[in-house]
Amino acid sequence: MSIIILLILASLFVALIFLVLFLWAVNTGQFKDTFTPSIRIFKDDNNKNII
Amino acid sequence: MNQTDTINDNSRQLETFSYDNTIVKLFAFATVVFGIVGFLVGLIIAIQLYVPVIFPSLDFGIPYISYGRLRPLHTNAVIFAFVGNAIFMGVYYSMQRLLKTRMWSDLLSRIHFWGWQLIIVAAAISFPMGYTTGKEYAELEWPIDIAIAIVWVVFGINMIMTLIHRRERHMYVAIWFYLASWVTVAVLHIVNSFEIPYSWIKSYSLFAGVQDALVQWWYGHNAVAFFLTTPFLGLMYYFMPKAAERPVYSYRLSIIHFWSLIFLYIWAGPHHLLYSALPDWAQSLGTVFSVMLIAPSWGGMINGLLTLRGAWDKVREDPILKFMVVAVTAYGMATFEGPMLSVKSVNALSHFTDWTIAHVHTGALGWNGFLTFGILYWLIPRLWNTQLYSKKLANWHFWIGFLGIILYVVPLYWAGVTQGLMWKQFSPEGFLVYKNFLETVTHLIPMYVIRSIGGTFFLVGALLMVYNLIMTVRQGEFVSNETVKAYAIPKEFKDKINHRWLEAKPVQFTIASFVVIIVGGLFEIVPMQIIKSNVPTIPSVKPYTPLELIGRDIYIREGCYTCHSQLVRPFRSETERYGEYSKVGEYVYDHPFQWGSKRTGPDLHRVGGKYPNAWHYQHIYDPQSVSPGSIMPRYPWIIYNDYEIKNIGSKIRVMQKMGVPYPDGYDLVAEQDVITQSKEIAEDLKNSGIDVEHNKEIIALTAYLQRLGKDIKGKNNVQANINLQVQSK
Repeated sequence: MSIIILLILASLFVALIFLVLFLWAVNTGQFKDTFTPSIRIFKDDNNKNII
Repeated sequence: MNQTDTINDNSRQLETFSYDNTIVKLFAFATVVFGIVGFLVGLIIAIQLYVPVIFPSLDFGIPYISYGRLRPLHTNAVIFAFVGNAIFMGVYYSMQRLLKTRMWSDLLSRIHFWGWQLIIVAAAISFPMGYTTGKEYAELEWPIDIAIAIVWVVFGINMIMTLIHRRERHMYVAIWFYLASWVTVAVLHIVNSFEIPYSWIKSYSLFAGVQDALVQWWYGHNAVAFFLTTPFLGLMYYFMPKAAERPVYSYRLSIIHFWSLIFLYIWAGPHHLLYSALPDWAQSLGTVFSVMLIAPSWGGMINGLLTLRGAWDKVREDPILKFMVVAVTAYGMATFEGPMLSVKSVNALSHFTDWTIAHVHTGALGWNGFLTFGILYWLIPRLWNTQLYSKKLANWHFWIGFLGIILYVVPLYWAGVTQGLMWKQFSPEGFLVYKNFLETVTHLIPMYVIRSIGGTFFLVGALLMVYNLIMTVRQGEFVSNETVKAYAIPKEFKDKINHRWLEAKPVQFTIASFVVIIVGGLFEIVPMQIIKSNVPTIPSVKPYTPLELIGRDIYIREGCYTCHSQLVRPFRSETERYGEYSKVGEYVYDHPFQWGSKRTGPDLHRVGGKYPNAWHYQHIYDPQSVSPGSIMPRYPWIIYNDYEIKNIGSKIRVMQKMGVPYPDGYDLVAEQDVITQSKEIAEDLKNSGIDVEHNKEIIALTAYLQRLGKDIKGKNNVQANINLQVQSK
């Protein structure tokens, strides 16, 4: 059962890392544009010479 | 690589280049061909399940087409040949367009294509020959494993280099899924293929027993996750908006979908080992993460379905969208069912029954099959610059295939629940009602028949597609290199990328997803390998005798594990039927483990000593002769063939290398022990009136079966005693 203590500590550690990463992602604008990427995929075929 | 004609447009350069459509065409053809092969082999083994009772004359007793050898061929063909080629087809088509660039190297693309097809051919030859590692969906032997790793790396290099030379600043979410799938499959394949060869084609798994089981199902579950699911989600995020001519419902949701899915998926493997000898903490982790998985999975499904908002009128008309809607719905159903099956109380009923088979086919036929069909119907006319030959025929395909799925899964769900309940049924007096396992099998025959009709429908639908696509190809004109123009990424963009860094740095992105997926693997596998208390040893458990080892290799070769488990779960219904439940310490010398995942026949972990040798002889020759109504095929070749004794020395040496405690120099004298033990069994058979030479495979197989599960029974087991006196100098 000693494994449980190790696992809990390790989980908290990993969770903390993910939290920091998430805050970093938000603050540096990783999620700044969540719209144009979904539109941009339509810009290839049919109008091949237009960018 | 490409001609670049430059037009100065202020600071940016307009470049002319072309997309490589030929590689997409090649993968598309391979997808169709191996799809048909995979479905056909599936249909054959579905029929084989009732051949012995309904068409006994069709059981030819030919080793190369026996169920245990064809089943791995079916699963591998569908997963790696059909779905694999479909992934590559979609990736090569969508990546070039999403990144506004040709694939980095035509040569690497070709090496990838032909290498992958060669691997498939090698599988199609080696499985019927009986070359298998005995680990589900990882059955290919070590030389082919190495080839897979090489081709996979080629694919990865080509992808990453294409990303580096892209003309689009950001990577669309589909590409995230491709990258994460690539890196995860690489990790899974390599770790699960740790094996030590004892001949140019055969090897033993480096891990034993419970560790092998954990690594295998960490791999096995994530073959489903990162081969059948995440790359297909990438395809969904590209082809569904394209086909519907609507952007994806929520790009933000797709980001959450991506990271949460890849993080959670990798932990779920142990749900394949509930109530097994795997330590409880690992089982619980598997359950908890499987239940959590429903959130990202359904997030993805909803994102797919809502992409069609305002376009449902198109679904009525367009067979392509119909296929895609059913695919995404099937994904939703399978990912609801998965967490449910991972709950221990449900799993107690469902595990080892046809419920699992129904579950995976909801995913494989519905999600993978139908999404692939939809993509093919969308893609082929575009590649050939034409319209689909017949929309009507495609609609027919849809309805026939859909009916096929229903006719496939419903009877199997029924069969699974029925058999699960029958196994557990006690009479008021406290005895098993269906003491004879066979009764619970013969009860299912009608369901098996209907299932194969469903499979036939699915195959017929796919054949309609083949015809439709051939006619489409004939009326169109293939554009091998599609010329396009796009601006290069301005230099200043490459210099400073601050916001949305993740989407602009492919290598770092791949590393980030590697970190996210590796966490779960480390948490589960590392403690299992290094903490001794996880595998309590049992002093009375001894290594197999060399003859038993030979027998075990025959057991693996014939794919016995595809129908027989070697794992008695700790339920009264199982201990009453089979005997003492299985202990983790009993498997420490099992390289590879053979717990199995399906009981088409009874569990074999306590079969040792249950029947006389003569019974096994008769049963292998013709199962019906000792258990009338049995659906097990005949194995006459095991009766007639001589077992291989020459390489027993190298087998022993490999086992010693992995820590199996054979005495030093035992490899040199093992042959004598083989012959001594063989003669004892042959003698015993002679006393029962069966005259058989001692060097036949049946002798070795009998030795192995008679040993199974005996070591903890406390008796001084004669067969288990390795000749310790014979030490080398």
